[in-house]
Amino acid sequence: MMRDKIIEALQAVKDPEIDSVSIIELGMLEELEIGADTVLIKLLPTFMGCPALDIIKNNVIKAVSTIEGAENAEVKFIFHPPWTSDRVTEMGREKLKEFGIAPPPRHIAETGEWQADCPYCSSTYTTMENLFGPTACRSILYCKSCKNPFEAMKPVSTLM
Amino acid sequence: MKYELDDALKNKDLRDAAVELLFQLADDDFIIAYRGSEWLGLAPHIEEDVAFSSISQDTMGHAAMFYQLLSDLGAGDPDHLAHARPAAERKNAILLEKVNGPGTYLNEPHYDWAFAVVRNYFYAQVKKVKIESLKNSTYQPLGEAAVKINMELYYHLLHWKTWFSQLVSAGSEARIRMEAAMEKVFDELEGLFTMGSQADELTKHNLIDSEEALRTKWMQLMSPVFESLDLKMPAQFGMESGNGRNGEHTSDLQTALDTLGEVYNSDPAASW
Repeated sequence: MMRDKIIEALQAVKDPEIDSVSIIELGMLEELEIGADTVLIKLLPTFMGCPALDIIKNNVIKAVSTIEGAENAEVKFIFHPPWTSDRVTEMGREKLKEFGIAPPPRHIAETGEWQADCPYCSSTYTTMENLFGPTACRSILYCKSCKNPFEAMKPVSTLM
Repeated sequence: MKYELDDALKNKDLRDAAVELLFQLADDDFIIAYRGSEWLGLAPHIEEDVAFSSISQDTMGHAAMFYQLLSDLGAGDPDHLAHARPAAERKNAILLEKVNGPGTYLNEPHYDWAFAVVRNYFYAQVKKVKIESLKNSTYQPLGEAAVKINMELYYHLLHWKTWFSQLVSAGSEARIRMEAAMEKVFDELEGLFTMGSQADELTKHNLIDSEEALRTKWMQLMSPVFESLDLKMPAQFGMESGNGRNGEHTSDLQTALDTLGEVYNSDPAASW
């Protein structure tokens, strides 16, 4: 089925800055509208100022262009519903860890504080070095157990 | 009552009010993000360089989002709106266009970190108050944008509040410089709350709360911070350099626009 083929193709489109994780695993795909001779792919941007958005858009078009009927696919970024870090799938969370990035924490304290376990040794004995990281969606942490610096995907939630 | 894009396109009064408000929001974020980007490589330490540039990038993303909403309402191409509009058409508050300090990015940049912290903290808190109000805006696309922006703004506010509290409570020179910066910011702060000559139009359509409601909310949220740091808040805020919402600006804005629009204006038709 065409829908399955498109999803399979989108599974091959990785985050340009975290190349183990696909845009599907990040929870960026919101809607797939398949018309008679048009395909509209609606994606949710993670962070609004993310410079990778244009690259993702082009990679999506390239990935689906070989599928019959999806040659003229269109990609649209929408922000409703807003992307939240809960949308990262279980597989996505595992692949983030493989890449050395702690998946977004599931719990945020009332004070706004949160913790991430070390993606290398799983220790919870970690400290926040910088809430802001090399990209808008990541923070920099340090593991006091295995002495590795690592990154964590920031929690983003509509409850904040 | 909620309005979608189509409703706004059919109702000129509503459309014009939404356009006015969006220009104020977009231009504020655009120029403060630019001023933030000028700190790149100059911030007090490398973690701050990373943080501040990330915040500026998010903020520029928010400006882009507002320019896109303007474009949807027929106000023109988003790139043109961002880069090519002359200073007299800009609606940003004057506080946000002021230079970071003497010198330029390339030549003797004696930027004022206390001013950067106070300006950004006060602005982030004003923006938070506006965004909370905009979540209930009658203009649905703006309400949806506000939900998205709010999630990122959360981190900005946390960041600037931390700097603010730590520098003020550090005492001695830090506190003196922070107090001087606050005086400078309070002299222009009203420019962030004002909605200019068309303020009534904006509140008439319930696009956003009134200037007064926003200002009161801001003071309520800031008071505990001020009290805990033994700081005094003036009873009234100033707008000494003029009202940016009405197109009044300083030469700082023109210089900034010349610099940041230089590449775009060299070939507006180019695809980047």
